[in-house]
Amino acid sequence: MDLLNALTAFLNFIVVPGLAYGSQLALGALGITLIFSVLRFSNFAHGDTMAFGTAFVILFTWWFQSMGITAGPLPTALLALPLGILITIAMVLATDRVVYRFYRKQRAKPIIVVIVSTGVMFVMHGLVRMIIGTSEQNFSDGARMLLNPQDFRAATGLAEPLAIKTTQAISVAAAAICCVALFWFLQRTRTGKSMRAYADNEDLALLSGINPERVVTITWIVAGALACIAGTLYGLDKSYRGVVYFSLLMPMFAAAIVGGLGSPLGAVVGSFIVAFSELIVTNAWRKIFSYLVPPDWLGDGLYQALSTDYKVAVSFGILIIVLLFRPQGIFGGK
Amino acid sequence: MARYRNVLMFAGVAMLFILTGMLQSWNLSLNILNLALLSCIMAIGVNIQWGYAGLFSTGIVGSVALGGLAVVLVSSKPVPEGWAAGGPQIVEALAFAALAIGLATWMYRKLPPGTGRTLGLALYLVVAFFIYRMILDPAVTAVEANNPAQAGNIGGLGLNSLIAWPVGALMAAAAAWVIGKIALGLREDYLAIATLGIAEIIVTVLRNEDWLARGVKNLIDLPRPWPVPKEVDLQLNPVFLEPVAAMNLDPVTASTIFVKLLYATMFGIVLALLVWGCERALNSPWGRMVRAIRDNEVSAAAMGKDVKFRHLQIFIIGSAVVGLAGAMMTSMEGQLTPPSYLPLRFTFLIWVMVIVGGSGNNWGAILGGLLIGWLYLAVEFLGPQVMAVLTSGLPAGPLKTHLQDTASHMRLLTLGVVLLVVLRFAPKGLIPEK
Repeated sequence: MDLLNALTAFLNFIVVPGLAYGSQLALGALGITLIFSVLRFSNFAHGDTMAFGTAFVILFTWWFQSMGITAGPLPTALLALPLGILITIAMVLATDRVVYRFYRKQRAKPIIVVIVSTGVMFVMHGLVRMIIGTSEQNFSDGARMLLNPQDFRAATGLAEPLAIKTTQAISVAAAAICCVALFWFLQRTRTGKSMRAYADNEDLALLSGINPERVVTITWIVAGALACIAGTLYGLDKSYRGVVYFSLLMPMFAAAIVGGLGSPLGAVVGSFIVAFSELIVTNAWRKIFSYLVPPDWLGDGLYQALSTDYKVAVSFGILIIVLLFRPQGIFGGK
Repeated sequence: MARYRNVLMFAGVAMLFILTGMLQSWNLSLNILNLALLSCIMAIGVNIQWGYAGLFSTGIVGSVALGGLAVVLVSSKPVPEGWAAGGPQIVEALAFAALAIGLATWMYRKLPPGTGRTLGLALYLVVAFFIYRMILDPAVTAVEANNPAQAGNIGGLGLNSLIAWPVGALMAAAAAWVIGKIALGLREDYLAIATLGIAEIIVTVLRNEDWLARGVKNLIDLPRPWPVPKEVDLQLNPVFLEPVAAMNLDPVTASTIFVKLLYATMFGIVLALLVWGCERALNSPWGRMVRAIRDNEVSAAAMGKDVKFRHLQIFIIGSAVVGLAGAMMTSMEGQLTPPSYLPLRFTFLIWVMVIVGGSGNNWGAILGGLLIGWLYLAVEFLGPQVMAVLTSGLPAGPLKTHLQDTASHMRLLTLGVVLLVVLRFAPKGLIPEK
């Protein structure tokens, strides 16, 4: 029995990565849920919007690096982020103007708009590939570790190291800031209230003089900014490949639906549920167990419920459970 | 006039294939034709789901992959040692899993609702999962340890791969039944999201479960379906060689073209049968009911139609057709390569075909399949050629390579733009529904 070491390993393999990954998912899922509640469709292009924004952040990062501008211990990408956000917002507003607005005016069926969004996904994916290619891009710089495993071991004398990457800490901090800002915006400001009113009841909102086009524009701005931040954080943490963002769609949708599509709080909670379930199910528990039970009890199994390749199966499983038993989600979306 | 218009459009597409044959090579043209015919069958499957019933599934690639798996299981060489090492035990494990899930559903229905039921069932499922893994894991290790360089899988039945075609349809239908049971009857985008997930899981299974179909190590040398001979055998067969010599043809080229023509005929027959069946179905009371449900679910339900059951039925039929095409494709290619099952290629490309051709119209799906199928594959040889001409003035360097690389990415962008333009300006497609 070595509780401290077991706890450290648990923190190191589950809690820290789970918090970081959950934060990144939350920022993406928030965008999906906002678009769903205001524009009333599931946006399949959201993953590739993230990839698109990140691609530009990477380009600006390289530009800054070539000029010798860095952010000291922080990744240079944080400096490039505002520029990337602006371009992402310009892109989503342009797609709204060119593509989605037509269907909104027509009051097309949501499923048609979903198909349209897959078309947008294609276009964005193609653009990302043309801009930055399909190979892996590492654009993280600055201090790699916030908490160095060797330092931790030296300080505590434990056998197990605990490492916190700078990018993980930044992910959690950024998600916290974004969430607070977003919830303040939705609850306290006039614009935020008009957004919620429009999401709640379109006709009533129109009657009370809310300008729908303005609400839609603001939704796209918020969702685009969040998508760019989420994509950049994910790329910083896991190194960037344009194609992987498509596979983030599944966990993000699962997160949004678990929390209740249309509920921002639900999207955040759902994201952490999905992130931690993924890690708990695909983690090899052997190391943690080895501190808790005598070694000869363990045998030679890895104690891994599913291999990491089946991550998608976890979010899918959660999605199915929710669809079967509580289709409106935890916080009762639409 | 409209009649001539459709005939003209088909003639135009035929010209594309003829020009490819004359300007490039007939082998290439027929190759594209065969893949396009398979795409047509998939497009008919998607059209059944979307055009007839308005169901949007993003999991087409899953059905295609299951069809491919069927070919491996039915027709690949048996691996007796591998099967003996753990085959029966793997089957036992899978049977146990099915039984455990069945029991769980039964208990869920019988037990009184409440926290007790939820917790009890969750605990039961976790325990069942670990028992399942305890049965499965040793068997999988044993199978994969058997001659990993050449086999390492449970092997197939060694039957003719023609038999695998209906099996592929059945497997895709079974998967569709499970997913349809869960996701149909909820919001319509939930089906899209759920099918996206199930397709990704199916492809992941194919990629990672080496015991099943050797995973990314690929399974090659699958036998040909029944009447199709191997090119090498043809080149030695005097019955084939004599007429070829009489026509002054090169026996090697002639044999490859002959084989491809044979495939084209077989696919054409399947396609014709499917279209005939679909047209009959669409013009029957069943077809009218299905369209009535699509156009107004509430009023159809009020007329006593079982909307949920009909959706499930159509979802299963459509998936089965796609699975059939998937099996046909793998049996033509003679190999199963899991990494090639990309959603862009097999889900969204087929969607573009259906929407461009005209959703709800079988002939539209075929026209879209042939046209987009040709376009998608022709860009592969046309794109670099055009790019090479355009960039011929540039000095060799990173810019030139980058531009030439973008040519292959243009394809996705073009597909997206085509989809958006058609949805916006001609939502009914090239051949609209009557």
